[in-house]
Amino acid sequence: MAAEHPSQDSTGKVPLWRQPTFRAIVFQVLLVLCLLAFGNFLLSNTLQNMEQRGITTGFGFLDNAAGFGILQSLIPYDETYTYGRTFVVGLLNTLLVAALGIFFATFLGFFIGIARLSHNWLVARLATVYIETFRNIPLLLQIMFWYFAVLRPLPLPRQSLSVGDSVFLNNRGLFLPRPIVEDGFGLVVAALLVAIIGAVLLTRWARRRQEASGQQFPAGLSGFVLIIGLPLLTYWVSGSPLHWDYPVLGGFNFRGGLEVIPELAALVLALSIYTAAFIAEAVRSGIQSVSHGQTEAAYALGLRPRVTLKLVIIPQAMRVIIPQLTSQYLNLTKNSSLATAIGYPDLVNVFAGTTLNQTGQAVEVIAMTMGVYLLISLVISLFMNWYNKRNQLVER
Amino acid sequence: MTTTRWVIGLGAALTLSGAVHAGATLDAVKSKGFVQCGVSTGLPGFSSADDKGRFTGIDVDMCRAVAAAIFGDAEKVKYNPLTAKERFTALQSGEIDMLPRNTTWTYTRDTSLGLNFTGVNYYDGQGFLVTKNLGVKSALEMDGASFCIQAGTTTELNLADYFRSNKMNYTPITFDTSDQTIKAFEAGRCDALTSDQSQLYALRIKLSDPKSAVVLPEVISKEPLGPVVRQGDDEWFNVVKWSLYAMVNAEELGVTSANVDEMKASSTDPNVRRLLGVEGVKGEWMGLPDDWGYNIIKQVGNYGEAFDRNVGAGSALGIARGLNALWSKGGLQYAPPIR
Repeated sequence: MAAEHPSQDSTGKVPLWRQPTFRAIVFQVLLVLCLLAFGNFLLSNTLQNMEQRGITTGFGFLDNAAGFGILQSLIPYDETYTYGRTFVVGLLNTLLVAALGIFFATFLGFFIGIARLSHNWLVARLATVYIETFRNIPLLLQIMFWYFAVLRPLPLPRQSLSVGDSVFLNNRGLFLPRPIVEDGFGLVVAALLVAIIGAVLLTRWARRRQEASGQQFPAGLSGFVLIIGLPLLTYWVSGSPLHWDYPVLGGFNFRGGLEVIPELAALVLALSIYTAAFIAEAVRSGIQSVSHGQTEAAYALGLRPRVTLKLVIIPQAMRVIIPQLTSQYLNLTKNSSLATAIGYPDLVNVFAGTTLNQTGQAVEVIAMTMGVYLLISLVISLFMNWYNKRNQLVER
Repeated sequence: MTTTRWVIGLGAALTLSGAVHAGATLDAVKSKGFVQCGVSTGLPGFSSADDKGRFTGIDVDMCRAVAAAIFGDAEKVKYNPLTAKERFTALQSGEIDMLPRNTTWTYTRDTSLGLNFTGVNYYDGQGFLVTKNLGVKSALEMDGASFCIQAGTTTELNLADYFRSNKMNYTPITFDTSDQTIKAFEAGRCDALTSDQSQLYALRIKLSDPKSAVVLPEVISKEPLGPVVRQGDDEWFNVVKWSLYAMVNAEELGVTSANVDEMKASSTDPNVRRLLGVEGVKGEWMGLPDDWGYNIIKQVGNYGEAFDRNVGAGSALGIARGLNALWSKGGLQYAPPIR
């Protein structure tokens, strides 16, 4: 047999270069080397050309003073800070919009998705109209619409709408009292932490008791009361260690207090409303993927409808919903870069906009911006994949 | 095998396109037959498309002058409307040949971006546009006010400097295009719009009621605006630079688009004869035909004509010559002699 095959020698051993595994490895190594060489060529060629044309390169610019102002910053910032700081300011503003957008879009999306399956004809049709309208209009137009729809009808600062002289609304934003913590507020925070730990322990104990004895305990409700009640009680006992900084009209606008700029409001509104339409469809598909037999079986076992929903339908629906939800969260985060159209100071507006133009270092700035979006997306993706794994059907 | 060849081919293409040699831009422009010109996305008086889709403006006239000098035909221009953010990258990457886009000449831009400013076709300064009913008479009364600004401009930096040096607070709201800034201003998002004064006049006529807004008297910065080219191509730099100088010299010598034929035929002034390429100097020193100056004046006009037609007395903007008058009339426009 062995002698019939020309590539095999007398000992019956296949030469190394004809072994499939060896060849596969060699080709893969070659491919990776080629890719690396190509990447290196692109990089060095770019750098060389920029050098030839007298364009400054490198990341040294991050240490230079920025010299321009930014509309909204979650950390201390003024003109004297560096370009590196503008990167952080822009990044935090992007994360703020993404977090708020994901929060509201999830709530709204679940609500609309369930409404679309409602037995009430009107509710179901309204949900359908919502979904078909908002997911079929380009997001950029929606952002522009909400920006000007929010901005136009609102009064000037001097004619602000107000609620009890502490909350003001005008076309410069929404002004709320800002809580200022005093000594002793740490106790309230500590009480909150204790209450959360207590609630978790309570839930675990209740589950174990039910598994052992079948007796139920309203763990959810009592945990909720604990988390709200204990800090409130501590707050009252320790003599209200909190006061409010109210916004005051001075000169051109309100000062002090907490300010929500209209750009942020418009952007969060548009992103949540748009993404919620997609999430609603994901929720509907998830719920419809659970066969009706499951519900009937649960009822046959004597489970009440709410318990059926909680223990039978939702856990199975989530397996379908979560992967789609991940995509929508990623989309929302990336779509937040449209902020630049209405002047919200996100990463693209501040860093890939003003900073890029003031320094002229397009390659570095764009590379950093792309890197950040990739990183944020990967983190969201990793988290959602982990959550998905936990919720997957465990096959025995 | 084909993949390897493709990779090598792509690499070679990248290397070739990266090579620069003096005169490359002029040769490329001549062989493609038009000048690729980066202008603003719509700023009346400087560069904006009219109702027939034709671009007009004092910046557009710079493109037309260069095309007239090279081809003898001012129409051989293609325009790229660019935002402030996009403009330098477009020029650096070779997407456009020249950038006359109300761009301020600053140290950073001239030295670190691989670009050169060829001259100043408009001396400007930053000012403020406010609504009349705000009742503000001076920028110094605007502590705590909010300002609509265009991103990626010297305006952002000047505003910050001005408020810092006067120990006042301000809120910047930064948009991509000047159109967005004026829309936000009209919607009442900001108390004032700040930009180069010329732009304020240009943007004001875009308001539904231009009379409701006023330009404050303060000028808080120097903004010399001029055409920009890539660094390292001296021949092209000369062509753009001298196209502007020819227009300024023509105004000084009294040569206009109306009388240029007559002047060419009968003028005895040696300065005029050199400008129009009749005697003395040769266009080929820049790689151009001898009558390059004549073609600019004939088809585009002298600097004064371009100014009046686009931003001055003969336009909707009605801006006075001021700093942009000839040096001999108390302004700053001064061109080296053609000899």
